[in-house]
Amino acid sequence: MTDSSIPLVEIRNLSFARGDRMIFDDIDMDIVRGKVTAIMGPSGTGKTTLLRLIGGQISPLTGSIKVDGIEVTKLSRSELFQLRKRMGMLFQNGALLTDMSVYENIAFPIREHTQLSEKMIRSLVTMKLQVVGLRGARELMPSELSGGMSRRVAMARAIALDPMMMMYDEPFTGQDPISMGVLVRLIRELNSALGLSSIVVSHDIEEASSIADTIYLLSGGKVVAHGSAGALRQSDSEWAHQFMNGLPDGPVPFHYPAIDYAEDLLSAGKDK
Amino acid sequence: MLNFIQQLGGSGLYFFQRLGRAHILLGHILMGIPAMLTRLPLVIQQMYSVGVLSFLIILVSGFFVGMVLGLQGYNTLVDFGAEETLGVMVSLALVRELGPVVSALLFAGRAGSALTAEIGLMKATEQLSAMEMMAIDPIRRVLTPRFLAGFISMPLLAALFSAVGILGGDFVGVGLLGVDEGAYWSQMQASVDLYDDILNGVIKSIVFGGVVTWIAVFEGYDAIPTSEGVSRATTRTVVHSSLAILGLDFILTAIMF
Repeated sequence: MTDSSIPLVEIRNLSFARGDRMIFDDIDMDIVRGKVTAIMGPSGTGKTTLLRLIGGQISPLTGSIKVDGIEVTKLSRSELFQLRKRMGMLFQNGALLTDMSVYENIAFPIREHTQLSEKMIRSLVTMKLQVVGLRGARELMPSELSGGMSRRVAMARAIALDPMMMMYDEPFTGQDPISMGVLVRLIRELNSALGLSSIVVSHDIEEASSIADTIYLLSGGKVVAHGSAGALRQSDSEWAHQFMNGLPDGPVPFHYPAIDYAEDLLSAGKDK
Repeated sequence: MLNFIQQLGGSGLYFFQRLGRAHILLGHILMGIPAMLTRLPLVIQQMYSVGVLSFLIILVSGFFVGMVLGLQGYNTLVDFGAEETLGVMVSLALVRELGPVVSALLFAGRAGSALTAEIGLMKATEQLSAMEMMAIDPIRRVLTPRFLAGFISMPLLAALFSAVGILGGDFVGVGLLGVDEGAYWSQMQASVDLYDDILNGVIKSIVFGGVVTWIAVFEGYDAIPTSEGVSRATTRTVVHSSLAILGLDFILTAIMF
């Protein structure tokens, strides 16, 4: 039996760079079992990169990432694949296989990893589709689905093998209010009904705050604040204040770094 | 000057890095073949899209090339009163060279570019990443069946090209220009050798099939995952495949004949 007091994902002293640019600079993070953890921050702070690091798709520069007590950075390819069977991930655009129907997309991981009979696969797929409310759409092709529906199908596919954790990459981006509401409800319900642990990467403050038990705010390669949504709203951190209230200027400046404005105007005509 | 040397070194390094990656990928693809033998439907499905869907272009081109050979061959041979050997000329040209080479060039344009675009777009839309996160190796699931399908389809397409080309030569030579039909076919049967001519042509088409499909799946898999990246990769597939086919054809011809 796994000790529930040990975090499901334990990140310690993690650093990651892309070229000369540090994406993460010595960060620590704990993803608690059975809870929904939101990772928030402005675009380009490496939120998606963090999910890829947890899933072992890329390797960090230094530091350790443990998932369910297993050090991801030291796993061989086959061990990593064994671990990934217990992880579900929802990609930003759903990443459905475009040459397969909705039904075949959800059956895909089941067919690849199990020897179940066609009858059993059908029952499993039907159950997963019922959870996301798209049982009637099983014959449709991905090109016939709306953005929200694609994500729900991808969600059904991600839970096809009953994972222990789910990672959501920007699940709310570009959704209308109704689909947004559906996704918020699904993430929360799946987490409690299936006993999952969820990591939601997002910059939609309202939606993420409404479902997250804990929020980590990332900026400039560091964790600038973490805690519950309420605690972050009350936080003294200027950064947390700017992000949680969506202010245009603050520690994240409105202006991209540039030379002095007056000097720039006066030098007009001298060069570009 | 220093800049030039630096750029030269940079592009040299880039070339060898890609060559290395392409070989590593080929190794992974080949390692996936034994497992694929138990999943033949995946290969057959791909053979349909790379092979069967290339039928039309191969058949039509083969017929036209055969007709041109018949016409040009007749015009030259008739000067020497040797028009009865038209069948030999058409069939040898097709079986030894034009069948494997032209069908491989068409295959690169039709099926190779489609493979690169498909795999590149799967990468750009994160379908390959999603497979990896589902603990499914995209190289074995996506690339190996496509590679096998290309490898198997190419010699069959080349054989069809040659067969239709010979019929095209017959249509022009015998049908329109009045070469004796018996001479056209019997001289061909007497002169074309199963091993020296046909088998060598088949070996060529197998090599071309392997190389074109390898280039196509590598370019797709290695593409920068943007629309521009995929478009460049598709172009590279056609250019590199064509150069590889023509270069290898010279080497193989030098060894074989």
